[in-house]
Amino acid sequence: MTAGHVGLSFSGNIYMSTAQTTRWSALAESVGIPTAAMLLAMLLFAGFVLAVGQSPLEVFSLLYQGGFGSAFAWQNTLLRAAPLILTGLAVALPAQAGMVIIGGEGALALGALLAAVAAQVLTGLPPLVVQLGMLLAGALCGATWIGLSGWLRYYRGVNETMSSLLLSYIGIALLNYFVEGPLKDPASLNKPSTRPIGDVNMIGNLPGLEVHYGLVIGAVLALAAWIVLRFTTIGFALRTVGGNPRAAQMAGLRVGSWIVGAAAAGGAAAGLAGAIEVAAVQGSANADVIAGYGYAGILVAFIARQNPLAVLPVSVLIGGINAAGGMLQRRLDMPDATVLVLQGIAFVVIIASETLIGRSYFRRSPAATVPVGAQSEAGG
Amino acid sequence: MIDAGQGLGWWGVPLAVLAGAIRVSTPYLLVSLGECITEKAGRINLGLEGVLIMGAMAGYGASLASGSPWIGVLAAGIVGALLGLLHGLLCSLRRVNDIAIGISIMLFGTGLAFFLGTPLVQPKAPTLAAIPFGGWSDSSQIQAALQINPLFLIGIALAVLLHFAFRHSRWGLQLRVVGDSEDAARALGYRVLPTRIGATTIGGFLAGIGGAFLSLYYPGSWSEGLSSGQGIIAVVLVIFARWEPLRCLWASLLFGGAGALGPALQSMGMSSGYYLFNAAPYVLTLVILIATCAPDRTLAGAPGELSLVRH
Repeated sequence: MTAGHVGLSFSGNIYMSTAQTTRWSALAESVGIPTAAMLLAMLLFAGFVLAVGQSPLEVFSLLYQGGFGSAFAWQNTLLRAAPLILTGLAVALPAQAGMVIIGGEGALALGALLAAVAAQVLTGLPPLVVQLGMLLAGALCGATWIGLSGWLRYYRGVNETMSSLLLSYIGIALLNYFVEGPLKDPASLNKPSTRPIGDVNMIGNLPGLEVHYGLVIGAVLALAAWIVLRFTTIGFALRTVGGNPRAAQMAGLRVGSWIVGAAAAGGAAAGLAGAIEVAAVQGSANADVIAGYGYAGILVAFIARQNPLAVLPVSVLIGGINAAGGMLQRRLDMPDATVLVLQGIAFVVIIASETLIGRSYFRRSPAATVPVGAQSEAGG
Repeated sequence: MIDAGQGLGWWGVPLAVLAGAIRVSTPYLLVSLGECITEKAGRINLGLEGVLIMGAMAGYGASLASGSPWIGVLAAGIVGALLGLLHGLLCSLRRVNDIAIGISIMLFGTGLAFFLGTPLVQPKAPTLAAIPFGGWSDSSQIQAALQINPLFLIGIALAVLLHFAFRHSRWGLQLRVVGDSEDAARALGYRVLPTRIGATTIGGFLAGIGGAFLSLYYPGSWSEGLSSGQGIIAVVLVIFARWEPLRCLWASLLFGGAGALGPALQSMGMSSGYYLFNAAPYVLTLVILIATCAPDRTLAGAPGELSLVRH
C-alpha cells in the first residue's frame, strides 16, 4: 500500500490532467473500501450472533448503547481509545517504511514498567517533573525495544513481524517477572504490583470529564505524525525507503537510519501508551496493563490504512466496541470475547479487501495502474 | 512432569528437561511440520498461532461431547484445516499479503476460541493416554519421564515420511517447484494456486492437531492462556530447520527442552525466576532467528517464492 502511493505521485507528474481525479479517487477508495469492509464484517458478525442463538439487532443496539449511547458510554469509549491511538501509531508509523510491526503489546508492557521505575527514582520532585519523566522513560523504553526490530531487519535481515512479536512476548515476561519479583510492592497481595506512584503524580482528567489527558497526548501525536508525513520530505523519504530500498540508497537516503527510526517511533508510541496507563489509570505497573491494546492497535492501523489521522476515528470506533463488551456480558450473558470475535472478523475482511484497492469503480484511469512488482514489497 | 524432578535432587533438572523436551515438543513438531509444507509451497502462515488455539478449543470440546479424545484430535484437525483453507483462499486474491492475512487469522482464531471455549473452562474432558516406555526402570522418575504420547510418535513418523516425500515423490516435486518458482511451475503444467491452497490446508490440519495435544494431553485442559506464541515459535523453527522435516524434529526437541526449563526449576523451589525462564523459548527463538538470517544473502534451502526471506 505504501508503494502504491509512491507510484501514484510519480504517475501524477506525467499525467497532470488526471492527477486531480486520481487524488480524489484515491481518497474515495481509502475511505470507501474500509467502510464497505466494515459493513461486510458487521454482516458476518450478525450471522455469527444468529448462529450462537442471539438476536443481531439486540447485540448491535447494545454495542451502540455501550459504546456511544450515553455520556458515560462515551467516556468509557474515549478511555479505551486513548491507548489505542498510540498502539495504532505503533503499527502505522513503521508501516510508512514498509514494515509490519506487531510487537506493541510488549513495548506497552515495558513502557509501563519503566514508567513505574521512573516514578520511584524521581519521587519527591514536583509532580510535573515526575510525570514527564515517566512518559519519557516509557517512550524511550518502547523505542529501544521496537527499534531493535528495525535494526535486526536492516542489519541482520531478520523479518520484523516475527522479531517484534517475539520481543513482545519477552517484554510481557519481563513485566511479569519484575512485578512479581524484584519490584513487587509487599503491600500488593492480591494483585502483584510495583509501588504506587502516588496520587499527586497521577495524570489528571480533562476538565469536566472522566477522561484523562492521555487522550490529548495521543490525539496531538497522531495529528503531528500526519502533518509531518503529509507535508514534509520525511514522509516521502520513508515511503521511498519502504517502497524501494535500493532506489532510496541511490537517492542518498541512509536507509538503515530511516528503518530503525521508523520502528523506534512506533515503539515510542506503544511505550508511551504503557506509561500513560500507569500514570493515569493504574497508578502502578501490574499485569492489568496487558489488556490487548497492543493487538487491537494492529487492527486499528490496518482499518485506518496506516494513515495516522485516520487512526483517531478508528481508535474511537474500536474503543467503543471494546467498551460495549461489558454490556453484552451483563445484558445477554455473552462471553467477554464477543468483541474479540467481531474484531477478528473485521480484521480478516479488512485485509482481504486490499484486493479491491486500485481496481474498484473509482479507479479506472490508466495513470493509476501501479507497477506489479512494487506491490509484493508493500507488506514484507 | 513436576513429579519427575523430585527425589533426584538437582539431577532431577536435566531429567525433567529431557522429559519435558519430549512432552512439550509435540505441538512444536506438529505445527512446524505443517508450516514446513505450507512454506515449501511458497507461502507463510503466521495464523497458525490462532489455528493452534482453535484446535485446542475444538479438540477439548469434541472430546467432552463425544467422550473420545481421538474424536477430539480429529475435530481439531478439521477445524485447523478449515482455517488453513481460509488463509489459502484469501491469499490467492490479488494484492493480499500472506503475512497480513496470517496476523488477522491469528487474532480471529484467538478471539473465536476464547468465545466458544468459555463453557469449556470448568468441565473435565477425557484426555489422551500416554504409552509407558519406562517399565524397565525401577525409578519412578524415569518411568514418569518416559510416558510418551502417541501423537509424538506420529509426529516422528510424519517427519521421516515428509523427508522422503519432499525428495522422492511427484507430490513433493510439485510442492517444491511451486514454492521455488511460479514460472517454472506453470511451465511444467503445475497449477500454482490449488497447490498452495492445498499445502496451507494440510498445514492447518497438522497445527490443529498440535493444538489438541495442548488441551488433551499437556497441560491437558482448556484455558485462555494455553498457547502464548508456540505457533509463532514453530514458524521460526521451520526457518531454523532450513525447511527440512527431520531438522524440524531436532529443533522441536530443543525448544521443548527450553520450554521445560521454567517448570523444572520451579519444582526445585526456584519460583522467583519463573517468569524469566518462561521467556527462555522466545529468547532462544530470537537468537536463532538472528543467527540464521543474514542481510545480504538468501537462506540456503529457502523456497524462492517465500516473501519472508526475500529482500
